[in-house]
Amino acid sequence: MSLIEVSGVDLAYRSDSGNRRHAATLALAGIDLAVDEGSFVSIVGPSGCGKSTLLRVISGLMRPSRGVVRVDGTPVDGPLKSVGMAFQNATLLPWRNVRDNILLPLEIVAPHRRRFRKDKPTYIARADALLHTVGLAGFGDRMPWQLSGGMQQRAQLCRALIHEPALLLLDEPFAALDPFTREELWGVLQTLCADRLCTVILVTHELREAVYLSDTIHVMSARPGRIIAARAIPLARPRRLELTFEPDYIELVHELRGHIEIARAA
Amino acid sequence: MNQGLAEKLAPWATAIGLVGLWWLCVDLFGIESYILPSPLETATAIYTYRLPLLANATATLATTLAGFAVAVAVGSVLGIVIGSFRLAYSALFPILVAFNSVPKAALVPILVIWFGVSALPAVITAFVLSFFPIVVNVATGFATIEPELVDVLRALGATRLDRIRKIGLPRSLPYFFASLKIAITLSFVGSVIAEIVAGNRGIGHVMLIAGSDFNVPLVFGALLVVGAMGTLMYAVFALLEHRFTGWSVRVLEYPTGG
Repeated sequence: MSLIEVSGVDLAYRSDSGNRRHAATLALAGIDLAVDEGSFVSIVGPSGCGKSTLLRVISGLMRPSRGVVRVDGTPVDGPLKSVGMAFQNATLLPWRNVRDNILLPLEIVAPHRRRFRKDKPTYIARADALLHTVGLAGFGDRMPWQLSGGMQQRAQLCRALIHEPALLLLDEPFAALDPFTREELWGVLQTLCADRLCTVILVTHELREAVYLSDTIHVMSARPGRIIAARAIPLARPRRLELTFEPDYIELVHELRGHIEIARAA
Repeated sequence: MNQGLAEKLAPWATAIGLVGLWWLCVDLFGIESYILPSPLETATAIYTYRLPLLANATATLATTLAGFAVAVAVGSVLGIVIGSFRLAYSALFPILVAFNSVPKAALVPILVIWFGVSALPAVITAFVLSFFPIVVNVATGFATIEPELVDVLRALGATRLDRIRKIGLPRSLPYFFASLKIAITLSFVGSVIAEIVAGNRGIGHVMLIAGSDFNVPLVFGALLVVGAMGTLMYAVFALLEHRFTGWSVRVLEYPTGG
């Protein structure tokens, strides 16, 4: 069964400049999308097509103008609780060191927030273990600005995952990184996801990234965004960087590029 | 000379230079002491009237700090509300701007009619003069929170109170402390104005009495005392700022060897 079902979702932005009702801008049009539990799904599309908006609608941060989003069969009305999110900007809190930044969700999410003070040593151990997994062992006491961009993104992934969310939403988390760091973090993300049962939705414009990480890729058209193609990625896991030089992989990237060209022209 | 030492001495050197210039002008142009007393005459006046100056300076300090404390409390709360809720911003901010544009000295006679000649009008004037920068700064700290960060917290099921506590308050601290440095000096301005217009004690009152006696050296002495108190309080809050919001100032890391 699908964990997430998006059916017939439209989203219109009402521009509220002045009192006159301006013609609403349609950002999403008739989106249908199903995401299976435990799968890794990417949404790709030309810039400005409403990918990030779709992510916000799925997470309940935005209400669709029409249609419905169901999570576990229940219609979403209001922000989902305990979803992990990560963005292009690391958005770490500059007044907290890396470890305390990662612990933030545990101070907020339901079962943990009551135990947080009492069980702090356990939680700190969990944060440090996670930092170790992403290659940041020993950096817990640093302040965010002392970390490079790539390291900040690793820390952000830790923060998104520390409370073991059932759903992880990633909005171009690697877009601002150099290619080498980016490819390294694909590996980190893959390891993190393999270790836990987590459904991931990744928004990206980097097709190689989408193919490398996903089970399924959905292609969106230019604004108003609609899903114009869905492609299963049958490549075996775990995937290694050598894969990116193999014909199967390259062919998939080419195929998707074709879809994007059509989407941009439309 | 050592760069750090030079920076420490610089303000004192400037102060001494200005006093020298003042003295030079008085001597050079033969200015009478009831127009502009020399630094020596001023210092003598401060020494002669040290006891009344101390008593009245204490009174002014207490008045100022009382008004300032109210300004901090009211200003912070208003700043949080205005910075967190757009409706509150639309409803309150224009009124606050209008209110802040009113010359505060003009309020003092009204306050005296309401509360009589006492310390209360001075406390209120100090408050009215100093709360606005606190409101604006705290509101700015809250209003400029990155939307992505708000999304992260909302997606975790954070309440508005969570967001204020975990993000809003720590984030607005640097803005808050910056505003305190401005507000404390404005508080002094407010209390001294009120004491001059209608006070029965305080440094402002001393200046009024001394002025009407043509005891201009004492007027200048009182001015210097207010200036010193303001600078001292500014330094206190600069120290607090450094202590609580050190994270907002990035220190360059110099590589050590190798």
